[in-house]
Amino acid sequence: MTAPGRSGLVFREPLLFESSRPGRAGVPIDDPDVPLVDVARELGAEAIRDDVPDFPELGELDVVRHFTRLSQWNYGIDSGFFPLGSCTMKYNPKVNELVARLPGLAGVHPLSDEADLQGVLALACELEAALAEICGLDRVTLQPAAGAQGEFVGVRMIQAYHRARGDTARTKVLIPDTAHGTNPASAALNGLEVVPVKSGSDGVVHPEALARLCDAQTAALMITNPNTLGIFETHVEKLAEVVHAAGALVYLDGANMNALLGVAKPGHMGVDVMHFNLHKTFSTPHGGGGPGSGPVAVKNALAPFLPTPVIRREGDRYRLDDEFPHSIGRVHAWYGNAGIWLRALAYIRTLGAAGLCDVTSRATLNANYVLESLRDVYDAPHAQRVMHECVLTDRRQNEFGVTTSDIAKRLMDYGYHPPTIYFPLVVSGALMIEPTECESQETLDGFIETMRTIAHEARTEPGLVTGAPTRPIVRRLDEVRAARKPRLRWKRES
Amino acid sequence: MLARIGVDTLEELFSAVPAGLRSRAELKLPPALDERALLRFFSAHAAENASVQSTASFLGGGAYHHFIPAAVDALSSRGEFMTAYTPYQAEISQGTLQMIFEFQTLVCQLTGLEVANASLYDGASAVSEAALMAARVTKRHKVAVSAGLHPHWREVLRTYSEGVGLELETLPLDPSGRTRLDSIPKGCAALVVQSPNFLGCIEDLGAAARAAHAQEALAIAACAEALSLALLKSPGEQGCDIACGDAQSFGLPLSFGGPYAGFLAAREKFVRQLPGRLIGESVDAAGERAFVMTLTTREQHIRRENATSNICTNQGLCALRVTIWLALLGRRGIRRLAEINVASAAYARRALARAGLTLPFSAPVFNEFVVEAKDLERRLARCRAQGLQPGVPLLRLAPEHENRLLVCATEMNTRAQIDALARELGA
Repeated sequence: MTAPGRSGLVFREPLLFESSRPGRAGVPIDDPDVPLVDVARELGAEAIRDDVPDFPELGELDVVRHFTRLSQWNYGIDSGFFPLGSCTMKYNPKVNELVARLPGLAGVHPLSDEADLQGVLALACELEAALAEICGLDRVTLQPAAGAQGEFVGVRMIQAYHRARGDTARTKVLIPDTAHGTNPASAALNGLEVVPVKSGSDGVVHPEALARLCDAQTAALMITNPNTLGIFETHVEKLAEVVHAAGALVYLDGANMNALLGVAKPGHMGVDVMHFNLHKTFSTPHGGGGPGSGPVAVKNALAPFLPTPVIRREGDRYRLDDEFPHSIGRVHAWYGNAGIWLRALAYIRTLGAAGLCDVTSRATLNANYVLESLRDVYDAPHAQRVMHECVLTDRRQNEFGVTTSDIAKRLMDYGYHPPTIYFPLVVSGALMIEPTECESQETLDGFIETMRTIAHEARTEPGLVTGAPTRPIVRRLDEVRAARKPRLRWKRES
Repeated sequence: MLARIGVDTLEELFSAVPAGLRSRAELKLPPALDERALLRFFSAHAAENASVQSTASFLGGGAYHHFIPAAVDALSSRGEFMTAYTPYQAEISQGTLQMIFEFQTLVCQLTGLEVANASLYDGASAVSEAALMAARVTKRHKVAVSAGLHPHWREVLRTYSEGVGLELETLPLDPSGRTRLDSIPKGCAALVVQSPNFLGCIEDLGAAARAAHAQEALAIAACAEALSLALLKSPGEQGCDIACGDAQSFGLPLSFGGPYAGFLAAREKFVRQLPGRLIGESVDAAGERAFVMTLTTREQHIRRENATSNICTNQGLCALRVTIWLALLGRRGIRRLAEINVASAAYARRALARAGLTLPFSAPVFNEFVVEAKDLERRLARCRAQGLQPGVPLLRLAPEHENRLLVCATEMNTRAQIDALARELGA
C-alpha cells in the first residue's frame, strides 16, 4: 500500500497587509438611495477617526487567491485520515451545510417576535428531546457555545443545587488524572478547589480511591466515560454510589459520547449532569478551532437551575422563557450557536436510532482494529480492549532517540494527520488514536502500514523520523522564539 | 477485522460495559431521512420563521443585518478550513494560523490596541472575560458597568462574575442616553462602557477612560456593532485599556444568534493575562517565516485549574469569515459602509420623528436609535401585518423602557422600506 502523502504545487502567499496596494477594493459599494450625510456634522468631528491605518486594500481575486492558497496549507478531514484522539474528527456531511444556510434559518434575527421564531424553536426542542433520549437525562439546554462553556454551566448548576438545599460547604471537585484540562479550569472558574483522583494501574478509577477523597465538602465528581485512555470506567455505577452517598453529584464530560450512542446511557450510570460536544459526536465542523456547541443535559432535580432562557412548548406553540428564579443566569448572548446545533440535528435526523448505534459499533471496531494491529510494534500501556479510541506510547522508540513528537511529524510526511500527542498526561509519550466510524478498512490498513514503517525507520534510520516533516509548507517551528519575543500582529516596518 | 481483534461479534467489543448498563431497547428517535427528505423537513420548519430575506427588518440590538459578499461563503466553505482542527500541529495548519494572525492584526487596527486574541464565543463572553482579566490585572473584585451595556451581555457577565466572586455596580445613563461618569465607586478593577451603547447612543470613551484611570481602574470598551469601529475614534485612541465585543457584523449571518465571533484586544503589557488562543510569528527549522500557537502556558491544556480561562474551542471558522469579509471590503469599503449606515439611521430617525414619534435620547447614534410612542403594541402589529420587522420593543429587555422601540437601519434597508416603517409606525 502506498501512503497518500506526496509533494504538490503549493504557493507562497504573503500576509494580506503585505499584498495591499493603495486604492484597490474587493467589492464595490454603490451609493445608497437615502441621502448621504456629513458624518462629522452628524456625529461630531471629535467622535470620528481619520482612517484605519494600514488596513488592507485588495481586489476580489487577490482575496480569493489569498484564502484559497492559505487553505491549501491546511489539513482537514476532507483532506485525509485524521485520527486525533478525543476530538472525534468524523466526516462532516455536506448536506448539513445546506441546512444551516437555508435563508429561513440563517436569516433569522434572535430578537424576532416569538411568532416569527416558531420553526427554529421547534427544531431546538426536537434536538433537546433527541439529546435527552440519547443520554438518558431529563432536560437539555443548547445555550453553551462549546464544551468548556458547558462544563462551566454544569458545575455552576451543581453549586446552585447544593446552595438551594442549604448545603453551602461544598467547595471541592474531584477530577481523575486522565481528565481534559478544561475540567479543572471550569471548576476553578466557579471558584472551586480541584482535587485530583489517581486512576489505577488498569487505567480506571477505583471506588476505594474515590471514597478516600469524597466527603461533605465535595460538590461533584467530574468524570469522562469512556475515559481519555479509551477505556470504559467499569466501576462507574459504584463511583456514582460513593459520590451520591456523600451528598455530591456526578458530572460527565461528554467528549467521548461517540463510544456510547445507543449502547449505554449516562443517565443510567448515575450521571446527574453532562455536556455534549456537538462538534465531536454529532459531526459539526471543527472549523480550525470552533465554533463548537456544548449542550448540557441534567436530571429533573437540576432543571430549576438551567441557564435562562429555556424553550417551552405550550400546545403547538413554542416560547423562550426567562422567568424562573433559581436559574444560574444567562451564559450566551442568545440561544447558543444555533447554526451549529442545527447541523447536529440534521446529523441525528439523517442517521436515526439504528444509524447512531452503528456509529458507535464501527468507531469501536476501528479503534480496536488499529490497537491490535500496532500493539506488537508500539507499547500499549494497558492490556484491555478499548472503546472508540486507543493509546500507544513511544517507549520502544525512545531507545533509538525517537519520541512521540517525531512520530507525529513523520506521519505528516506520509500524508496523515497525527494522533493527539502527550495526552492523557498519565501516560508518558502518549499517542492517542481515534479513527472514528467513518474510515474504511483500506484507510485504516494504510495508516497501520505507515505506523509500522515509521517504527521500522525509528529502529533503522531514526534521522528520517527526527528530521520530519519535510513535505508540508514549513518545517518544524521554533516555538521558544515565538514565546520569548511574542509577535502577535503584523506591523509596518518603520 | 474482528478476527484480528480476537472477537467473534461486534457485541463482544462492548464486554467492558457492565451488562446492567447496556441499552436493551433502541433509542426512541424519529425515523432516518435521506438528503431529499432532510431538506424538505428543514425547509418546512425554516418557512415557519420570518427572516431578513422574507421581511423588511429593522431589528438590531446586538445582532445586525449586513451585506455579505459571495466570496465569503465560497472561501469559508473550503473543506481545508472547515474540517481542520485547532492548529496544534503547526506544520499542517499554516492556513488557519496565518489567517488568525491576520485576524488578530485586523482587530488591533480597528480597536487601536496592541494585542488581540484568536476570538471568544460571542460579545457576551468577551465582555465577561475582559472583566475577569481586569480583576486579575488589578487584583480588585468590583466592576462598574454602564447601564448602556447590552442587557444580555450584562446577564452573562453576572453569571461569570458570580463564579469567581466579582461584584458588579451599575452606572446609570444621563438624560441624553450616555453613561454618567461622575459617580464611579472606589476600588473598582474596571469600568465597562459599551459604545454605541444598547440604546444606540455613541459614548464618550475618552471621558470614560479618564474617569476609570482617575480611580486606577482599567477602562473596558465593549462594542456590539463592530462596523462602528470603522468610523468612530477607536477605543485605544481614546485611552481605553481593553476593547471587546462581537464581530458578527463582519460577514456572519444572523442565524438565530450564533455562531458569532467575540473579540478581545488589550494593551501589550496585559498580554499574559489574556484568555484564549494567541497566534505568534516565528520561523521554522529552515528559517522561513511561519506561525504557531504561542504563550500557551496561560491556557487550560497546560495550566489546568491555574489557566487564565477555561476556553478551549473558540470561533475559528467565524474568525475566518470576519477576516475574509474585512479583506474584501478593505480600508475604503468598511468606511463607506459605516457612512451609509449613519446615513440610513439619520434618514430613518428624521422620518420617524416627522411621523410623530418621540426621540427620547439626544446623543448621536451610529445605526440604531430609540423611538417612543403611546400604544406601541398596536403600531407594531400594523407593521408586522405589512411584512415589516419594525425593531426591538425594549420592554422585552428592560422594564424601564415602556412604549419604546429600538430601530436599526443599515445598508440593507432601502428608502422605500424606511418610508413604509414611518408610515405604519406613525399612523
